[in-house]
Amino acid sequence: MSPSPVIEVRNVFKSFKTVQAVQGVSLTIMPGQFVALLGPNGAGKTTLVEMIEGIQKPDRGEIRILGKPWKGNEKELRQVIGLSLQETRYIEKLTTYETLRLFGSFFGLGKERVEEVLHLVGLEEKRKAYTVNLSGGQRQRLALGIALINLPRILLLDEPTTGLDPNARREIWEILRNLRKSSDTSMILTTHYMEEAEQLCEQIVIIDEGKILKEGTMEDLLGEDASLKTLDDLFTALTGRRLHD
Amino acid sequence: MIDRIRNNQLWQLILANVLEKVREPGVLFWGIGFPILMSIGLGLAFTRKPESVRHVALISADTGTYSIVLKDDKLGNTTFQLEKMPWEAAMVQLKRGHVNVAVTIGDSGYRYHFDPMNPDAQLTYVRMAPVLNQIPARDLNRDTGYGIRDLGSEIQDPASSTQHPASRIQSPGYEEDLSAASATEVDVLTVTGTRYIDFLIPGMIAMGVMFSCLWGLGYYIIDTRSKKLLRRMIATPMKRSNYLIAMITVRLVMNVIEAILLVLFAWLAFGITIQGNIPALLVLFLAGNIAFSGIGIFLACHTSKTEIGNAFINVVSMPMMILSGIFFSYHNFPDWAIPIIQPLPLTMLADGIRSIFIEGAGFAQTAIPSLILTLTGVVFFTVGLKLFKWH
Repeated sequence: MSPSPVIEVRNVFKSFKTVQAVQGVSLTIMPGQFVALLGPNGAGKTTLVEMIEGIQKPDRGEIRILGKPWKGNEKELRQVIGLSLQETRYIEKLTTYETLRLFGSFFGLGKERVEEVLHLVGLEEKRKAYTVNLSGGQRQRLALGIALINLPRILLLDEPTTGLDPNARREIWEILRNLRKSSDTSMILTTHYMEEAEQLCEQIVIIDEGKILKEGTMEDLLGEDASLKTLDDLFTALTGRRLHD
Repeated sequence: MIDRIRNNQLWQLILANVLEKVREPGVLFWGIGFPILMSIGLGLAFTRKPESVRHVALISADTGTYSIVLKDDKLGNTTFQLEKMPWEAAMVQLKRGHVNVAVTIGDSGYRYHFDPMNPDAQLTYVRMAPVLNQIPARDLNRDTGYGIRDLGSEIQDPASSTQHPASRIQSPGYEEDLSAASATEVDVLTVTGTRYIDFLIPGMIAMGVMFSCLWGLGYYIIDTRSKKLLRRMIATPMKRSNYLIAMITVRLVMNVIEAILLVLFAWLAFGITIQGNIPALLVLFLAGNIAFSGIGIFLACHTSKTEIGNAFINVVSMPMMILSGIFFSYHNFPDWAIPIIQPLPLTMLADGIRSIFIEGAGFAQTAIPSLILTLTGVVFFTVGLKLFKWH
């Protein structure tokens, strides 16, 4: 018996006042799979992830998490999802430890789990630091720690390393690689860094203007055409533009 | 058991709220220090006997200053400083508020120029004119040779004076103690509850509740939304009601502490006591908190822009601060405005607290305002929650 998908997105549309953010996207994600949504700013990545998170409702189409729609199953599904949003600022004068403790309490978890998470994201030394005093990389690791606190079956990370220096970025990657080895958590990560997609995810979905342009493994994506060296080349071949503009 | 409480999300939310406030010195200052400082300032300004100096322009081509001192044990001494200046300069000083009366010397005596709508100018005129009118104009008109000339440094209040004060205008430094004779027909009221500070403190308590709820709840929610923290939190199994309950509980406790400190200060510094029914005061105070919490949540229900929140809160709170009789009685406003002012939540709260503090009121007088305030809060809270944008 083959395992059933953890996330199913079927022909989803979403528009805001003047913007068609997502236009007919379908995705299937299996347990333990790490998937990157790669695309430039404004491609509709965040909207798609927010619909999967249950924060936004699709105008059309269907989203199922563990085989269940959001409607009527919110309480149950929130228990199994961990996420980080772009640029969340936490309560400034609360320490790292206290912030994790607060979020842990939302899942009924206590300080044992907070200690594990502090270790997992390497913030033990910053446990007593106010969140406002954390560096960009530390703040992102805290965000990741909050996302992981409930041992989620599904991890949704929206641009987890945007704006970080290469070192801080590699630290985040390291945490995620360890997670992949040690659990069967599935992950969707949005990024506009092709390196990040390559490093972390077996499945890469290239998205632009609300549509999926191409998806597959690195080999699938680059194998067809010998002239394509990188995902950036592929993106340019598909759209005539570069990923970073 | 203790661990279960500690892991409880409501407990953790309350704890986070408390820690955040205790660690932010600004919160403590604006919440507790500021109302007390304001009461000290205003209380002293209006409670001490005034040693006032009133500047008056004396229209003249040359320069110089005369002073007339009105000594009074009960009202406090008032010095009128007559500053010689040309008409144009007097108009400038008038606009700047440095002087509020200009005096010209005509053939038939002094003429007084001032805005009759300005009560302060009227007071200057009413108190100064009887004295000045007894001083021959030529005394002021001639060149005295020095800048400052003391016009009978202690002129007796003319009300009880039989002597011609001008006779005491001699040389500078001339002094004669007439204070024994300067009894005015004034009986100073020292009954508790009639002083300005008695009027002010209940208003300050009411205003504290309003600002604390509008900023501490309303603005705080908008700020949390703008940080995307609200969105992040509701993406967990956190109960939304717990979030609001925690915030409102912490705010209420802070407001109680603030009010207690203010009352304690008022009691120690000004001897203010609560004349009326304390349980009625507590109920009214709670009702005021419900009203303004509801309004705060309503104002914060939709926007995620702190600038807009700022404007909303100011638009709601500033008119009430001025109209609702916090610093001065709203009976100074025209009669037609009173029925508009009285139903404002801040008016209701301030009037109610004041009636308990200084008139000895009880439930009979405050039950209806308490009920209306509670209903106001419930209505705003319900509508606010209906429209509430969590993300």
